[in-house]
Amino acid sequence: MTEHTISAYEAELRHLAGKIAEMGGLAEQLVADSVQALVRMDTALAQRVVFEDRRLDQMQRDIEEASILVIAKRQPMAMDLREIVGFMRIANDLERVGDLAKNIGKRVVAINSSIVQKKLMVGVEHLAEIALEQLKHVLDAYANRNEALARQVRERDDEIDALYTSLFRELLTYMMEDPRNIGQCTHLLFCAKNIERIGDHATNIAETVHYAVTGSMFETERPKADLTSEQAIALPG
Amino acid sequence: MAQAALAPRDAAPAVFQTVRTPDLHPRPTKVKADTVKVFYGQKQALHGVTIDIPEKAVTAFIGPSGCGKSTFLRCLNRMNDTIDGCRVEGEILLDNRDIYDPSLDVVELRARVGMVFQKPNPFPKSIFENVAYGPRIHGLARSKAELEEIVVASLQKASLFNEVKDRLHEPGTGLSGGQQQRLCIARTIAVSPDVILMDEPCSALDPIATAKVEELIDELRKNFTIVIVTHSMQQAARVSQRTAFFHLGTLVEEGPTDHVFTNPSERRTQDYITGRFG
Repeated sequence: MTEHTISAYEAELRHLAGKIAEMGGLAEQLVADSVQALVRMDTALAQRVVFEDRRLDQMQRDIEEASILVIAKRQPMAMDLREIVGFMRIANDLERVGDLAKNIGKRVVAINSSIVQKKLMVGVEHLAEIALEQLKHVLDAYANRNEALARQVRERDDEIDALYTSLFRELLTYMMEDPRNIGQCTHLLFCAKNIERIGDHATNIAETVHYAVTGSMFETERPKADLTSEQAIALPG
Repeated sequence: MAQAALAPRDAAPAVFQTVRTPDLHPRPTKVKADTVKVFYGQKQALHGVTIDIPEKAVTAFIGPSGCGKSTFLRCLNRMNDTIDGCRVEGEILLDNRDIYDPSLDVVELRARVGMVFQKPNPFPKSIFENVAYGPRIHGLARSKAELEEIVVASLQKASLFNEVKDRLHEPGTGLSGGQQQRLCIARTIAVSPDVILMDEPCSALDPIATAKVEELIDELRKNFTIVIVTHSMQQAARVSQRTAFFHLGTLVEEGPTDHVFTNPSERRTQDYITGRFG
C-alpha cells in the first residue's frame, strides 16, 4: 500500500495496528491460561488471569484515546477511516474477551476443589480449543487483511454454538443424576457460556475485518446454532 | 507514490474509463457533458470528460492542483472562451440545449449559469448596487420597488440580509471576507440562475465564515443546481451529494459522496482522499 504523504499519520496508524496485535496476543494468552487453570484447577494461574486482565482494559482505553486523537487531527477518509473504526471495535471485543477469561478465572477460584470429575471437563476443554483457534485465526485474518479467512471464522462459529448446546444438555444430565454435582456443573456451564461468548467476539472481529478490508458489511445474517435460550430442554427419562 | 502520479503531467493517458456509481434514487440530469476536451494551445488540459450533473443537488469536483477540475467547471458557463488559445471540444447540454451552439447568447448563458470565485470580488459599489446590478442589466425588474424586492430576497436567500439591512448603501468592500463571499452569492442568485458554479468559494474564509457558506450551499440546493470545486475533502464530503474525482485531466471516478468518501471504487481516488498523493 502506498504510504501517506504525512509520515507522522502513517506512523500513528502503524502504532495503533501494533497495539491491536499486542492486545490480541494478550487476550489469547488470558483465554488459554484461564482454560488451563480450569482444567488443572490451578488457582494461582487463575488469579494471575484475573490480575492480568487489567492490562487488557488499560490497552483498550489507550487504543480508544489514540484513535479518537487521530480522527480529530487527521480527519481520516475511506480505508483509513474504516481501519480506525476497526481499531476501536476490535479493541472493544478483545477487552470483552479478557473479561470473559477473567470470569472463568474467578470461577476456578470459587470451585476450588480437586475432585471435579474429569469427564465434565472434557467437553469444556474441547469447546475452548475451538474458540482459541477461532481467536487465533481471526487475529491472523486481521494482521494479514485476509478477508477469506475472516469469512471462514464467521462461518465456523456454528460449530462452537452446536458444541455449547450439546454441553449444556450434558451438564444438565449430570445435575439431574446427582444433585451434589449442581454447584460445580453450574460453574462449568457459565464457563462454557463464557467460552461460547468468546467465539462470538471472534465472529464480531471477523465482521470488522471484512468491513475494514472491503468497505461493506457481510451480506447475510449468520444462522444461529445456539438454541438453548429459545428451547425448553426435555428432561431425560 | 502512486504509479499514475509519476507519469508526465501532459502525457495523454491511454483510453480511459471513468468509474461510475449511480445514485440509489437518481435525480434528473441538469447538465450533460459528453467527451469534453480542452486544449490550451498545444497542451491538452482535459482528455474527454463525460458526466451527468444532477438537478437540485450539489456536485463536488475534487482532485490535486492542475487536474482539470477548474478547467472543466469553466467550460460549463463558457468562461474558457475568454482565454486566448483555448479550444473546447465535445458537447455540453444544459437542459438538453447545446451551450456551445453559435446561435446561443453567451451573456444569457452566464446569467443562467452563475459563478462564485475563490476570492470574494464585490464591485466597488454599495451592497445594494452589487446585488441590483445583474437584475438591472438583464431587465428583470420593471420598477424600482420590484428591484428592491429582488435585492432583499437575494440577500435573504444568501443569509446576509439580517447582517446588512441597516447599511445597504455602504460599500460592499467594507464587509468581512465571509460576508463579501455571501454578497457575491446573493449577486449570483439575484438573476435567478439555474446552475451555480463555485470555484473554491471558501478557501479564503475562516472556519466560521466557511460554515456559514456551507450552510447556505445546503439551503440553496433546494432551488439550484450547484457545482463546487474544492480542495477541502471534508468540505466536499459535507456539502455535496455527488463527488467527481479528477486526475491528470481525466475524470477518474464519480459517484454518491457517501460512497466515494467511505469506500471509493478506484485506487487513485482512495490514494488521493486518504492523503497518499497529491
